[in-house]
Amino acid sequence: MEEDLGHFFEKFPNRKREDLIPLLQAIQDEEGYLSEKIISAVGRYLDISTNKIYGVATFYDNFRFTASGKYHFRVCHGSACHVTGTGMLVRELEKQLKVKDGETDKEGLFSLELVSCIGACGLAPVIAVNDQYYTNVTLDSLKNLIESFREIENSAI
Amino acid sequence: MTWSNLDDTRDFLISKVLLNPERDADPELKKPLSYIAGERIDKALIYVGMATCGRIAGADKTYRSIRTYLEERDIDAQLIEGGCMGLCQAEPVVDIQLPGKTRLSFASVTEDKVQLLLDDVLNHTLPDLPVTGQYKSPILREWEQVPYVEDHPFFAGQHKLLTSNCGRIDPVSVSSCIAKGGYRAFADSISRYTPLQLCEMVEASGLTGRGGGAFSTGKKWLAASRTTSDQKFFVCNAVESDPGSYMNRAIIESNPHRLIEAALIGAYATGANKAYIFLRKESALAGDRLEKALEEARTYGLTGHDILGSGVNIEIILKRGARAFICGEETALNKSLEGKRAIPAFKPPYPPERGLWNKPTVVNNVETLFNIPLIIQNGPDWFRETGSESSKGTKLFTLSGKINRYGTIEVPMGTSFEDIVHQIGGGVKNEKAFKGIVLGINSGSFITQENLDTRVDYEDLNRIGGVLGSGACVVLDETVCMVDLAKFFTAFFKKESCGQCIPCREGTARMLEVMENATSRPSENNSFQTLERFKGVMQLKSLAAVIKDTSLCSLGKSSPNAVLNTLKYFKKEFEAHIFERKCHANVCTDLQVYYIDVDACTGCTACFKKCPMDAIIGSPRYPHFIVQEKCIACGTCYDVCKFNAVVIK
Repeated sequence: MEEDLGHFFEKFPNRKREDLIPLLQAIQDEEGYLSEKIISAVGRYLDISTNKIYGVATFYDNFRFTASGKYHFRVCHGSACHVTGTGMLVRELEKQLKVKDGETDKEGLFSLELVSCIGACGLAPVIAVNDQYYTNVTLDSLKNLIESFREIENSAI
Repeated sequence: MTWSNLDDTRDFLISKVLLNPERDADPELKKPLSYIAGERIDKALIYVGMATCGRIAGADKTYRSIRTYLEERDIDAQLIEGGCMGLCQAEPVVDIQLPGKTRLSFASVTEDKVQLLLDDVLNHTLPDLPVTGQYKSPILREWEQVPYVEDHPFFAGQHKLLTSNCGRIDPVSVSSCIAKGGYRAFADSISRYTPLQLCEMVEASGLTGRGGGAFSTGKKWLAASRTTSDQKFFVCNAVESDPGSYMNRAIIESNPHRLIEAALIGAYATGANKAYIFLRKESALAGDRLEKALEEARTYGLTGHDILGSGVNIEIILKRGARAFICGEETALNKSLEGKRAIPAFKPPYPPERGLWNKPTVVNNVETLFNIPLIIQNGPDWFRETGSESSKGTKLFTLSGKINRYGTIEVPMGTSFEDIVHQIGGGVKNEKAFKGIVLGINSGSFITQENLDTRVDYEDLNRIGGVLGSGACVVLDETVCMVDLAKFFTAFFKKESCGQCIPCREGTARMLEVMENATSRPSENNSFQTLERFKGVMQLKSLAAVIKDTSLCSLGKSSPNAVLNTLKYFKKEFEAHIFERKCHANVCTDLQVYYIDVDACTGCTACFKKCPMDAIIGSPRYPHFIVQEKCIACGTCYDVCKFNAVVIK
């Protein structure tokens, strides 16, 4: 494992505690999530116990411990989006995708994450699927969106 | 005059502008500076508003489409990724300036409109597209029959000090920034003033922290400069995790050099040689632009070792946080920088005495820092001219929600919320009734119709028992359920509580339970459940008092505000939820009552088959009926009915 992560470690030659969060972020950006192996390798490198690393990693919202789905839904959970109907969209997503906040479905197809203000309050409600943003989302447009992803998947098989 | 050689521009700007004390009196500087700033140009200049909100609205596609257009026709024009002018609803924004003519700003330029736009404008005619206006200029010829941007109702009530350059310059270019007045305050700071003088100037200006705490910035700086230590730190708090506010991110994306300059001044004034800028990882674009701007500043020798030959060393380090709401609290932010969990510490000792790695540290908010170069350049007295009796300067808001015009706005302290909603915001969307304004989550304060004449002023807000908060301004209309909103806020605090103080960790969870009981339909609606529901609400106030009294940090202390203010201002809605079990705004779906319209029902049995509770009775081809005692208001029948026969009451 250490060898696989070597190129991340090279960027943090000082091996200090302050490097912990940037190092975990760099690894997650590429690997998608933090596995047990990664955490223990980081622990050995920085000489911090894995308990402490878990303590830090679970505290912050950015870190994930399971892989995200092929279609990763990020729903903006800001005040402006809330008053324009995010709650309804989240309920619909939970119902259709059968996942809750922070979860990935069994097939590894869909995952859902509620994120803090994306910063497009004027275009609320806003959701993002992978890196594509959808604005002024309504219940119908969301249904169509999910349907379109399902169709792509079905035709691929 | 052309500036093809980068080194020439650099030497000119450093020796003739930054290090020249007579720069303002030198008339020969004006012309070259207006070339560098992009006011006088010899080829067309096209800015695309590429801040986050612009990108989400499709500015990326517009930008690519403009580039292709220029390449295909072999047109020599400069295309720039600009910042945000503030009017988010006009996104994607494209500004075009032709040589010798004033700059035009077009709204909603999606990629399909690019050809129409450029065909006309490059031939000096106005296209039939929505135009926000033209920018006034003393040296350029104006377009006929185009209003000024300054006169646009969204901008007319604003007073742009901090955002004057936002959306108008190339954000990352250090040369155009210096030509437009940037880094001069810093150059003056290190050449003319002692650190102590700078701290005193800031104190005299009356500038207070804009992140929500409203503590005097000058006092903070003085405290740090008085503490002796081998190492001091300066930290810029750009976390901004209040849901519903993004003005800090917008101004960083639009003018990152101003923040760098302010951090340099702050670090010099407090004696720090390391300055951290700490922002959320989600503000990716702001981070990228800061990184690029930092690189450019480094090539000009504005950061690092022996800055501008003065012997001052200041290193600026950009850090991207891993997101936790509590990181906005200064002691928690310091912990996060140290690589630990962001848990607030006891105060005192305050960070200016013992902060990051136990060294004196000043933590300032982005908006606060944006004021600093202006104060140094124009003096504290000039700064005190703007604002009200008790609060000085301007305040940024993210205006959003159910309103006609939205975006990032800057108003002088003392502006009434009525003006913000009706003049700048253009009133409530779709002509619905105004219900209130919520001033961000960390304030939890509401401005209602009765006190809409309240001004943006710390004392005025205090009078109505509110707090200004960080600058979110979400406008609510009659379709918003206040109980649901209070529940949303409580759920947010429950999730974001760091877990250190039990009253905040457990108290917010109990508060959420009470709110959920009030907005959900119990499995059995017996008298015991009803009693529990009443009891919960009765005890909300005392629970809130305990949380406020016994929490360590301001997050914990402010967590019950939203619920308390909802109880205070919107008691009737609370009562409707608890006694009548009705949500008049039809937001709390659990309280909705479904029934079947017998005239519309064809008896197709779709709802009968799908109902998870077997609460629907009826036989095929005859109208069906919902047994209310069994119904859990899941809405399945409503979704499956093809004849709109299921109605919500």
